[in-house]
Amino acid sequence: MKILKKLLSSDYGMLGVLGVLCVFFSLITFENQQPVGRDAADRLLVQIQNQFETPGVAVLAGKGSDDGRDFVSQLEEQLMQEGWKVEAKIAGSPIDLGKALRQAGENKLRVILLACEQSFADLPLVENLKTTSPGLSQMKVLSPDSYGWPNFLKTSNLLNIANQIAVIAIIAIGMTLVIITAGIDLSVGSLIAFSAVICCWLIREWMGGPEATILGMVVASLLAITACGGLGLFSGSMIAYFGVPSFVASLGMMMVASGLAYMISGGLSIYQIPSSFDWLGRGDSFLGIPNAVVLMVLLYVAAHFLMSRTTAGRYVYAVGGNAEAARLSGVPVKKVILWVYACSGMLAGLGGVVMASQFRSGDPKYGLMYELYVIAAVVVGGTSLSGGRGKVFGTLIGAFIIAVIQNGMNLTGVQSYTQKVVLGLVLLAAVLLDMLKKRGWKLSS
Amino acid sequence: MKRLLTLRSIDKHFPGVHALKSVDFELSQGECLALLGENGAGKSTLIKILGGAHSPDSGRIELDGKEVVFQHPTDSLDAGIAVIYQEFNLVPGLSAGENMFLGIEPNDYGWVRREDEMRKAIEILKRIGSIIDPNTRCDELTVAEKQMVEIAKALVRKARILIMDEPSAALTNKEVERLYELVDELKSQGLGIVYVSHRLEEVERLADRAVVLRDGERVGELLRDEMKRNRIIELMVGRPMDSEFPTEAREVGDLRLRARNLSRGSKVKNISLDVRAGEILALTGLVGAGRTETVRLLFGADHRDGGMIELDGKELTIRNPHDAINAGICLLTEDRKEQGLVLGLSVKENFGLPNLGKFSRNGMIDQNEELNRFIHYVESISIKISDPHQLAGKLSGGNQQKVVLAKWLEKNAEILIFDEPTRGIDVGAKFEIYQWMNQLAKQGKGIIMINSELPEVLGMSDRILVLKEGELMGEVANGPGVTQEKLMAMAIGIAEERESKNENS
Repeated sequence: MKILKKLLSSDYGMLGVLGVLCVFFSLITFENQQPVGRDAADRLLVQIQNQFETPGVAVLAGKGSDDGRDFVSQLEEQLMQEGWKVEAKIAGSPIDLGKALRQAGENKLRVILLACEQSFADLPLVENLKTTSPGLSQMKVLSPDSYGWPNFLKTSNLLNIANQIAVIAIIAIGMTLVIITAGIDLSVGSLIAFSAVICCWLIREWMGGPEATILGMVVASLLAITACGGLGLFSGSMIAYFGVPSFVASLGMMMVASGLAYMISGGLSIYQIPSSFDWLGRGDSFLGIPNAVVLMVLLYVAAHFLMSRTTAGRYVYAVGGNAEAARLSGVPVKKVILWVYACSGMLAGLGGVVMASQFRSGDPKYGLMYELYVIAAVVVGGTSLSGGRGKVFGTLIGAFIIAVIQNGMNLTGVQSYTQKVVLGLVLLAAVLLDMLKKRGWKLSS
Repeated sequence: MKRLLTLRSIDKHFPGVHALKSVDFELSQGECLALLGENGAGKSTLIKILGGAHSPDSGRIELDGKEVVFQHPTDSLDAGIAVIYQEFNLVPGLSAGENMFLGIEPNDYGWVRREDEMRKAIEILKRIGSIIDPNTRCDELTVAEKQMVEIAKALVRKARILIMDEPSAALTNKEVERLYELVDELKSQGLGIVYVSHRLEEVERLADRAVVLRDGERVGELLRDEMKRNRIIELMVGRPMDSEFPTEAREVGDLRLRARNLSRGSKVKNISLDVRAGEILALTGLVGAGRTETVRLLFGADHRDGGMIELDGKELTIRNPHDAINAGICLLTEDRKEQGLVLGLSVKENFGLPNLGKFSRNGMIDQNEELNRFIHYVESISIKISDPHQLAGKLSGGNQQKVVLAKWLEKNAEILIFDEPTRGIDVGAKFEIYQWMNQLAKQGKGIIMINSELPEVLGMSDRILVLKEGELMGEVANGPGVTQEKLMAMAIGIAEERESKNENS
């Protein structure tokens, strides 16, 4: 119990919770996995090396998908190096395989290996040909063995989780800053829609629509982010200079931004943009990691340095901890507040661009309720709503906790309605934990 | 006299601190017991244990000879012990009467019997000689009136033991006098009173007995006729005190700060002042005289309606604290917790806050340099901390004051304004702060000190300005002929006569 308390009390205590969740979902999604693609080829090669001492003639078969083609070409390359003769390679249907095998039989070749993906291995067609065609009678059928692995822990699933949460996590950086200054920004959800619509509208109207250049798309994205920064600056000035409570100022901005998005788009989705626009949202240019995830990680590292090493970061904590004491120490309190909301607006704008890129369109309905998920991520990550305390990486962990719970429930087939209930309870538990932490683990103060 | 309360070998540990070491303590009916000690001596811990906010690690509490255990503040309240903390526990939006009966309203199935409540409230307020209308909202009451309501609230709950934590700290002299009378009155009604204070003269005036704590231990008990200032101080600090104030000769040099016709609404009216190099200028007057408001204008903390400020012959543009700090004017606020420090940041970070420009390149903070500079001050002005990353909120008042001082020293402040620098600070730390003020003055800096304690004003300053209701009542060069009475007469001024006339009519 003591260790648990100590763990949860530390700055990144929620990391432990995230770990427990990952282990839990790994255990309940443990299943037999069929390897595919290059991975399957590599595994099968080892099996072939074990079964055959000398190379011979082989037929390779994979499905007509990308994975199937990868499997076949990878395996062919490796077998040729070992001295095999590849008689035929098929990336297609069982019928194609049948044809190729019959052809080989007619050519009187002694095929000793059929290396194929799992789905071809048990075909009755292959059995028949083995008995009818003499050249094929000695043929061994090999397919990559299946292995046990949790669905949750598959690389593709993990990348999927990261990609799913990227938008929320990026915006949550700004929200963390805002909440550390003891404020709140409800407008980020609407700013996503605003930014996505502005960006796509600019590309359609000014950058040449589907023929837009890369430069055009970059400029449109930057303009959209700047516009969101401007709206953030506006709410910030209402809060800093006119003393409007942040809840109200950002609630107003939430409606304004949403309304503007509908006005500009006419309520319709804007999709007349180049297909290459999805580079940011769907591409993976670096080690197979989605670009949005790379962007997210870079932003978190930058934000961590900002908050822990720079003057600006120190000022943000000081303003949230005690604005009057900060002011009397010469901290430009109003500027800090202004800047924090501008930051939040710009990051929401960036989130909107990423989302537009993921869906390859801009729609005023994007980002609905996102502000709540973003706030949830920040709070679960241990940032105190009363200001002055919180860590940027805590927020990243919070975002991942939410994403992992959602993903895990999807994998195990939990209904989306139930998922909402669970997420709500998680949020409450996180706030309760924060309270307990502050009070030194006593139930009442 | 009947024995009310007995504490036997109370022990309490906090992480890293042995706050109370086997403390014994007793209180009888109709007795006023002064609880004395430096900050950190364990006074607050002791009254929190009595108030049920902390539970002791070991030891016994006996009430009327029977052992009691307090788990929660309501337990001790039910047992008849009421604690009046420096921060009042009143709901601002409710009336005085409603506050007095909060939680124990006379009611019929949830309907409050308002007439009943009001009648009782008036009765109890009359008993303590107060003329507050129980219908007044609490946020409209003065500090002294709020204190009355707190005492009345305790009496509503039939408290027999009243524990008052520095009750006179925020009161004007006249209000303090009324408080003394009330304490005498409550004593005669048979209540036992524990009076926690730093002000030795009121201890001499009020207490029948004094218990002195030092470093969590009970170091002595003084009966009424043994209570001499020197003896008390000796017990509190553990060494004989030759003088309460450091005496060092200083040279007063050229004019440094010159302010003319500072004004802000009705709070500050055309106040002009000069500060010379090596000089300690005292601003005194009653609470509400506009002293803090005046220096806040010098520091740019409030917007001034008019007036000008010059430093070393150059006129300054001061629109906000940032401008003032850059010009070399620094303010050590009276309220360190609300205004001086960001309690949730570490002491080092608080120290760095105005100095980040110096410690950073392109916005990146050089944390090592910051730490080294801070350690330099930890050593040179002996700030007692366990670790530079300790939260500022965890320090005692004197050490918090030193952290604030360190941050301004690092900023190379030329004019230092100390607003009630010794309030809530124990005798030993007070002496150190006086020494620092002297030291800074000797370096040629200009010092402005706001202080309500006239002995301190007379002991420390070169020149004294007396304010009343936002106006400058007079200026006195400190010297042998200047007495507390003279200053008080100036501070009360003509307005006192007017007020007494009003009361007569």
